[in-house]
Amino acid sequence: MQSTLFRRVSAALSLLMFSGFAVASDWAERSDHNLRQGVTQVSQEVYDLHMIILWIVSAIGLAVFGLIMYSVFAHRRSKRPKAADFHEHVLLEVVWTIIPFFILIAMAIPATRVLINLDDTSASELTVKVTGYRWKWSYEYLSYKDDNDVGVFFFSNLKTPADQFNTPALEGGLFPYGTAAENYGKESPEKDYNYMLEADKALVVPSGVKVRFLVTADDVIHSFYVPDFGFKKDAIPGFVNEIWTNIPEGQEGTYYGQCAELCGKNHAFMPIEVKVVTQDEFATWLADEKEKAASGPDLTPFASLDDAMKLGEQKYAASCALCHGANGEGGIGPTFVGSEMATQAEHREDHIHVLVNGRNAMPSFKAQLTPKDIAAVITYERNAWGNNTGDLIQPADVAK
Amino acid sequence: MTATTAEHHDHHDDHHHAPHGLKRWLFSTNHKDIGTLYLWFSFAMFLIGGLLALVIRAELMYPGMQVVDPEFFNQMTTVHGLVMVFGAIMPAFVGLANWMIPLMIGAPDMALPRMNNWSFWILPFAFTILISSVLMSAFGEGNPSAPNFGWTFYAPLSTTYGPASTDLFILSVHMMGISSIMGAINVVVTVFNLRAPGMTMMKMPLFVWTWLITAFLLVAVMPVLAGAVTMMLTDRHFGTSFFSAAGGGDPVLFQHIFWFFGHPEVYIMILPSFGVVSSIIPVFARKQLFGYASMVYATASIALLSFVVWAHHMFTVGMPLAGTLFFMYMTMLISVPTGVKVFNWMATMWRGSMTFELPMKWAIAFVILFTCGGLSGLMLAITPVDFQYHDTYFVVAHFHYVLVSGAVFSIMAAAYYWLPKWSGVMPNKILGELHFWSSLLSVNLLFFPMHFVGLAGMPRRYADYALQFADYNFWISIGAFWFGVSQLIFLVVAILCAMKKGEKAPANPWDAPEEDLEWTVPSPAPFHTFDTPPVIK
Repeated sequence: MQSTLFRRVSAALSLLMFSGFAVASDWAERSDHNLRQGVTQVSQEVYDLHMIILWIVSAIGLAVFGLIMYSVFAHRRSKRPKAADFHEHVLLEVVWTIIPFFILIAMAIPATRVLINLDDTSASELTVKVTGYRWKWSYEYLSYKDDNDVGVFFFSNLKTPADQFNTPALEGGLFPYGTAAENYGKESPEKDYNYMLEADKALVVPSGVKVRFLVTADDVIHSFYVPDFGFKKDAIPGFVNEIWTNIPEGQEGTYYGQCAELCGKNHAFMPIEVKVVTQDEFATWLADEKEKAASGPDLTPFASLDDAMKLGEQKYAASCALCHGANGEGGIGPTFVGSEMATQAEHREDHIHVLVNGRNAMPSFKAQLTPKDIAAVITYERNAWGNNTGDLIQPADVAK
Repeated sequence: MTATTAEHHDHHDDHHHAPHGLKRWLFSTNHKDIGTLYLWFSFAMFLIGGLLALVIRAELMYPGMQVVDPEFFNQMTTVHGLVMVFGAIMPAFVGLANWMIPLMIGAPDMALPRMNNWSFWILPFAFTILISSVLMSAFGEGNPSAPNFGWTFYAPLSTTYGPASTDLFILSVHMMGISSIMGAINVVVTVFNLRAPGMTMMKMPLFVWTWLITAFLLVAVMPVLAGAVTMMLTDRHFGTSFFSAAGGGDPVLFQHIFWFFGHPEVYIMILPSFGVVSSIIPVFARKQLFGYASMVYATASIALLSFVVWAHHMFTVGMPLAGTLFFMYMTMLISVPTGVKVFNWMATMWRGSMTFELPMKWAIAFVILFTCGGLSGLMLAITPVDFQYHDTYFVVAHFHYVLVSGAVFSIMAAAYYWLPKWSGVMPNKILGELHFWSSLLSVNLLFFPMHFVGLAGMPRRYADYALQFADYNFWISIGAFWFGVSQLIFLVVAILCAMKKGEKAPANPWDAPEEDLEWTVPSPAPFHTFDTPPVIK
């Protein structure tokens, strides 16, 4: 009697398990909510490892939960007034210690193989140094094929405009986005499809080439994470970590990643955008960038205050607003509205100096912004928000 | 079994009897009163920590910044973690240890009662200091930032770039550490010296065993944490450069030190759970615990292994290949003794005669949901895949499964199991059922979808996220508010018990076997128990 019941239940359970597997594997193939397969061979191998271990733990889980639930139904007091008496079984205990060992070994072998492959950064053709800052990335192209002195360097900031993420609800120091009454019924702003993911200048890499990234940071720890390439590596000040990828030809396109190590206020606001192009396109792009770098900074003066203000507004929003507030009201950094620094003539040189060289928590911007940009930003800060000093700073003032 | 001590008259002890008013609690050296203080304190912290979590979930309900500033968001994730780990879960287990270890081993009290008092009374001050930084940030002039570097406080974010309140945090962590170390020493001394005659080590209830092992872990690693925060302090104020690369220091060193503390800490929060569940399941299955000895050995192996797996939290920092492989293999190995425990619980239930009173419901939910967390832990051990999972919501899902539906569920199981003994009345059944089912459903709505957003690539500690994560985050937030409200039901249950409102509890309401000494004393347990030690057969 008991054995028939047991057989029936185990048959039912196994049927359930197999149909569960069928449904689940279908889900795994189609879903956006499983691990991404990515586009490289490594990311595919990582995905395969993930699926193997997912099936193993699902099978173990289903078996354990199935047995517990069976026990809950079949071994309750109303069915079995008297409990059995066993409380030891040496063979059983040895078996369920040993079997997991073998499962683990079976798992460890492919994992080790993939890990060794991931660790091998040799024979790369392109080397890019990636540096994390609060809260942006910079990319420096060091060598490409035979060219060991590429010398292309740029910063990459979040492109999503602030008015898309500052969705108002409440106000105060604690609730900085306006009062509830003010904002009641207001539509939240339309968000771009790639909201929070797009950068103003993408990292460009060629397909079909082994690319090595040297990852480091300038201030705190960040983490360079592009899911579709199957890697994540911490960017640590004082350390240079290595990671590589090789995006196969035919997979050209734009891929997104994000910083994955808490780095302060705007941790969520420093995306990684990677544009993968063919080798020909890459060569053209690289030549263009090199030419730009070689021609030196553009020092042509602004024709009018309005020209400088227009450029300054853009550059301020991209580089300054995160710390000093979208309207110069301050935040992590000091305010500019009516401040001595931004309004008084004797602080004019100092104002330029701080932006160029940094001071205390304020980083230096001379690598990130051109003299023309810096002149525009200073002009903007000294004339916007009612500061109206009328100062027009020219690129030449900054360059000296 | 000896008679209990309800009618005990010892003239030397008379002045200890029936202390009342504020002095009873402030100056208490009684393990039961101190246990009660710990338990109420931890529940209060659980609610405060939960409130902070709800700020996080309110912000993450929709994409975009709606409620708080990203800076304040980071303070919430940080203080939520610290309050829950050091304020809710650890003190709750110390409270259970205080109440139950003497009762379980037939001891009259904890071995070091005055130290016991001190180790509790440090905590309210430590947390006042920590939480004051949040209050200042929320309401103070200029909103000075509370600690905002995550509960793992990685340098240099917490040193060179830490807000002024980091010093409050350092002081508070030092105080928590002192409290934990003293609590742990007390457990070790009590278990080694105050066992009733005949209570050999291998006869001790598993709760006592797991706590003994936990206490050794605490004594071993809390000083390491103290070292880490002291180095932070000197880096911040005395010109050292332990963790600053610019001064020749090493930011990765911080992580090694932190996780050398941090990983055993994870087991400090789960081993007593194993003990609680191993005490409850046999009683309601009416069957002896399966594989008692292997349970003890498994607990000890988990504790030992916990010292050699710390760097699995740091697979992405760029360790040498050999180191990475070592930590991967060791981490995978932990699943063996953990599996043994789960199989033993399963075998204890197997062919038992089970009933499903509230403690048993929580215990079974613990076994299943903790196993879910354990299995995702095994996935995280596979290093190449961990490169994808690391610092995404998959990790958040994993550790909330083991800490909330693991540790917290076991604490709830323990509370429903021992409340009759503590208060003398049975916990309200209807509210209890509501609390259980509501928590069970909401905890899964809250944490299961985090696996999906994590796999899809949403990094943790993000104040705002890309649009593809929006739907799941909405439901996670709904689950969070539901789970939060559910815990208020338990507040009512606990207050009803404290006010002695409810069905009167007999000495042994769950028909526990007579080897379980705690059920041989009356309910509520008298102020002094086992003044004459019981004799164990």
